[in-house]
Amino acid sequence: MIVFTVVGSFWLEVFLKVGVLKQFKRVVLAIAPVAFLFIAWDKYAIASGHWYFDKAQILGIFGPFGIPLEEYLFFIVVPIAALMTIEAVRTVKKHWQVYK
Amino acid sequence: MTYTQIAIFAVLFAISFDLYLFNTQLLKRKVFWTSYAIIVGFQLLTNWWLTSRNIVMYSPDAIIGLRIASAPVEDLLFGFALVLGVLTNWIRLGASDKR
Repeated sequence: MIVFTVVGSFWLEVFLKVGVLKQFKRVVLAIAPVAFLFIAWDKYAIASGHWYFDKAQILGIFGPFGIPLEEYLFFIVVPIAALMTIEAVRTVKKHWQVYK
Repeated sequence: MTYTQIAIFAVLFAISFDLYLFNTQLLKRKVFWTSYAIIVGFQLLTNWWLTSRNIVMYSPDAIIGLRIASAPVEDLLFGFALVLGVLTNWIRLGASDKR
């Protein structure tokens, strides 16, 4: 599913030249604080049993706080896909202002 | 707190960052809603995959029980908060790149 998201969005970088990955520092700064909060939420939700994973269908590699590797990748890949989406929309619709 | 309560809190948190703290005002812009419409379509697809195959499962006690494309409706709030949060921060950081 993570591979699907990468394939589904990263072509925008290549063909629409949205230039997201070229702004590496901005990507890290934009995602890190938000991902931090969501990983804290994930830790709490897993610990509380709000959601849980089928052990047979995940890699079985766990990062800090007992969170599966896939969850960490999710909070990196999904935000990058969102950034590429908005930059693709801005590339196609140049007259749609984001700044006043 | 339940998943429902945290998800609502997260959405309100993201909205307050966009409209008040960072003043990016994405919620008032076509560029945001167009991007979100594209993203939510793919989210429903990936949600459906992850939940219909029981890769991810939810405690009935943590959700209200309403499901869209096999996934709890709370997932849409979760996704909205994640997307709005990241995009608000991205636009804030790009304020020098005005276009």
